[in-house]
Amino acid sequence: MTTIQPNTGQDEPHPDVALVERVRGGDIAAYDELVRKYERQIFRIAQHITQNREDAEDVMQDAFLKAYQKLDQFQGNSKFYTWLVRIAVNESLMRLRKRRTGKMVSIDEDLETEDGSVPRDLADWAPDPEQNYTQTELGKILEKTIKGLPPGFRVVFELRDVQGLSTEDTAEALGLSVPAVKSRLLRARLQLRERLSRYFKNKPGSRMAGPRVARAES
Amino acid sequence: MKCSEFIALLDDLIDDTIAAEVRAELETHLHKCGHCEVIFNTTRKTIEIYRSHDLYELPNDLRDRLHAAIMARCKKGC
Repeated sequence: MTTIQPNTGQDEPHPDVALVERVRGGDIAAYDELVRKYERQIFRIAQHITQNREDAEDVMQDAFLKAYQKLDQFQGNSKFYTWLVRIAVNESLMRLRKRRTGKMVSIDEDLETEDGSVPRDLADWAPDPEQNYTQTELGKILEKTIKGLPPGFRVVFELRDVQGLSTEDTAEALGLSVPAVKSRLLRARLQLRERLSRYFKNKPGSRMAGPRVARAES
Repeated sequence: MKCSEFIALLDDLIDDTIAAEVRAELETHLHKCGHCEVIFNTTRKTIEIYRSHDLYELPNDLRDRLHAAIMARCKKGC
């Protein structure tokens, strides 16, 4: 999977800066390049928040259109992708609000959930536990497991651990403080681990680890 | 070190964002505590599995269609 590499050299401008400048100069092909570069990641973020494929498709389109329209407001002191994620997150939340008939939805709404920082399942996992499932079964397990987390946790985990953004960039993209991102990441990782343990742990007396998906409880 | 203190610093150990002396303390605890060793290894495995599995894949035909729609509207000024 493609991950977004952080800009390592502080002095070297991020390659997106030149593309953004070209778009501002009227070069639509440069925007085509930016869309191609980030569309998969934006789609995944929208899916994580909306949990609906059609909504995610709409959000992806709307986010890129809005970014294009607002490009003159983009400040060079943040990265283009971070700015784009922020637009996509806002679009996703608006889409959720529409579905929930105007109910306020925000990335902060999950602060009151169970702490999740005290691991309960301490059984070790089978070696290469994912090998006990087909790709389709594994996909269902991973999706079902992450869906159980609040949206604010899912998106922090996606940005930090799957896409490889820094804590600072994740905080900026989500409008959260750095300590809030750190706290959510730890809880997201521990809760995912706890839930995956149901499928992946070593079963005493059995050579096969984990229940089949069809019989798995949520 | 208590297990709760280890868990609080688990992310820093996984992400390697801690000073060498704190890291040494955490590793000492890890060697003595089987539970924390399991939590550390399985949390790392959790991240690895999610990272290597494309959860919400965008099929190429759909991607092309959405891409074309975006670019067509941008060309018209949105």
